Amino acid sequence: MLAFVLRRLIQAVVVMLTVAFIAFMLFQYVGDPVTNLLGQDATVEQREQLRIDLGLDAPFPVQFARFVGNALRGEFGLSLRQGRKVSTLVVERFPATIELALSAAVIALLLGVPLGVYTALRRGSVGSQVWMTLSLVGVSLPTFLIGILLILLFAVIFKWLPSFGRGDVVSIGGWTTGFLSLDGWKHLVLPAVTLSVFQLALILRLVRAEMLEVLRTDYIKFARARGLTDRAVYFGHALKNTLVPVITITGLQLGQLIAFAIITETVFQWPGMGLLFIQAVQFADIPVMAAYLCLIALIFVLINLSVDLLYFAVDPRLRIERVAAAH
Amino acid sequence: MSTVLAPVKAPSRWARLADSDLWYSFRHSPTAIVAALIALLCVVCAVFAHWIAPHNPFDLATLDLLDARLPPAWVEGGSSKYLLGTDDQGRDILSALMYGSRISLFVGLASVALSMLIGVGLGLLSGFAGGSVDAFIMRVCDVMLSFPSILVALLIDGLGRALFPNAHESLAFSVLVFAIALTGWVQYARTVRGSTMVERNKEYVQAARVIGVAPLRVMFRHVLPNVLGPVLVLATIQIAGAIITEATLSFLGVGVPPTSPSLGTLIRIGQDFLFSGEWWITVFPGLMLVLIALSVNLLGDWLRDALNPRLR
Repeated sequence: MLAFVLRRLIQAVVVMLTVAFIAFMLFQYVGDPVTNLLGQDATVEQREQLRIDLGLDAPFPVQFARFVGNALRGEFGLSLRQGRKVSTLVVERFPATIELALSAAVIALLLGVPLGVYTALRRGSVGSQVWMTLSLVGVSLPTFLIGILLILLFAVIFKWLPSFGRGDVVSIGGWTTGFLSLDGWKHLVLPAVTLSVFQLALILRLVRAEMLEVLRTDYIKFARARGLTDRAVYFGHALKNTLVPVITITGLQLGQLIAFAIITETVFQWPGMGLLFIQAVQFADIPVMAAYLCLIALIFVLINLSVDLLYFAVDPRLRIERVAAAH
Repeated sequence: MSTVLAPVKAPSRWARLADSDLWYSFRHSPTAIVAALIALLCVVCAVFAHWIAPHNPFDLATLDLLDARLPPAWVEGGSSKYLLGTDDQGRDILSALMYGSRISLFVGLASVALSMLIGVGLGLLSGFAGGSVDAFIMRVCDVMLSFPSILVALLIDGLGRALFPNAHESLAFSVLVFAIALTGWVQYARTVRGSTMVERNKEYVQAARVIGVAPLRVMFRHVLPNVLGPVLVLATIQIAGAIITEATLSFLGVGVPPTSPSLGTLIRIGQDFLFSGEWWITVFPGLMLVLIALSVNLLGDWLRDALNPRLR
């Protein structure tokens, strides 16, 4: 157990260092910070002085160590485009993205699991075939197109819902939330639904496949032979065992949601980190790109790590195998 | 006294194809036939856009601003000259669609080919060499897989932009293709590595080694043909993914250069006109994109099932 956790931790640290290295190389070789700060007309002496002041004359490993140290404290310098501190920018945008991603995950789970169970139990019925076809369309439709179609339908034609921004937000200790006002909720609906469609289709298909698999097993046959009601067999026995992989995948998909939020945020002009990142890519704003890269990598590494550890805790077979291998 | 046996004529490739299980399964799957027809139609429209498109959307001389923002022909105010309407510069949407899907298909196919090349090569190497080479390549795969492909593509694209700020158009295309390809190779590498490790220990490979065939030749002439089946299925499915990724990047404004708009660029341009009621500028490119992606996906699904011996 300890060895497993340790190995995972080391792997996580290696990934983070690699990402930090890529971010560092971005800083180092893309665009010259001295020219950026001083402009073209500075003298050679001025340049050299600034180079020493900035610590750019230090050997490579020292500079990298300094960069990692700064990154650990959240220091990524100034945004080239906006001239503000990158850390402030990211902290401002963070709540918007998290609220959007969490709402989408909740929608996907609340609809995906019941629909998956339904399509598995009523296999071949018209209703379940309709849902399966819809889920295939949901997987094939690009996120941005779903967003545009929803805007066309609900914002332009019916004029029911707003189509851009977060609306009224309430600030609680630096965390801005849209959950506390009706306007905020209205603004959340379309982006959250857009972001959830792909995950919804994925969870639906996953739950269905797992459910069908479990329903074929012997212990389900045995449960039926004992005379349990359908309800007890399906929900007491089958669904419970279906949910382990579903939880894993959903956990891993949370990272996907944050990444795909880039697209949704662009479509709906949602003021989150994704929008910040896209603007940084368009204008080659290296500090913002590097900070986003490191933050996203951190989120992904943390998610993967906790899913791995959870899996280890949940699935006893993994533990037994290790004990058996140790003997 | 010796009766000369009439040489048995080897069936031609077409005859073998017509007799194969694959063709049989194709003829008996309505979904596959419809999907193939739609995909074929899209490809023909795209490839021959120059000859069959009613207008040339890039020929500035033929554009007339008086024709701008015309609705489709069947809507009131539409003109039969422009079947699907025009955009804000008076470009014919139908023609722009044809030219746009040509660019989308080109980027999609090129990046899938490139990622197949990288993935199959590294997978073969990994499965064949084993040891620390294998471990290293697989760790890289793990890391790549733990990040969503769209993010990796965005990053590489952003990097390319930052490195070559005044890039020429063809360079922008290369960066884009490269970015999409670098996100897709992992799947191939893993599949090929798995089957290579199985094939490596089979007798025919050992036989080839025993008679002294060079390792590289064993790798490419003996093992490679036997691991290509699943790769083809994967490639079909990835084409749809690559086209969608390209459209997404172009939609986000970091894809193909604006002078040669792909479907994603057209959708991006059209989004601005959604609120003034000109829905056709964005909806038709969107439909075209879905049509291509869905038909290729369905074909891939069918191919996977048809080639999977377990499902027969």
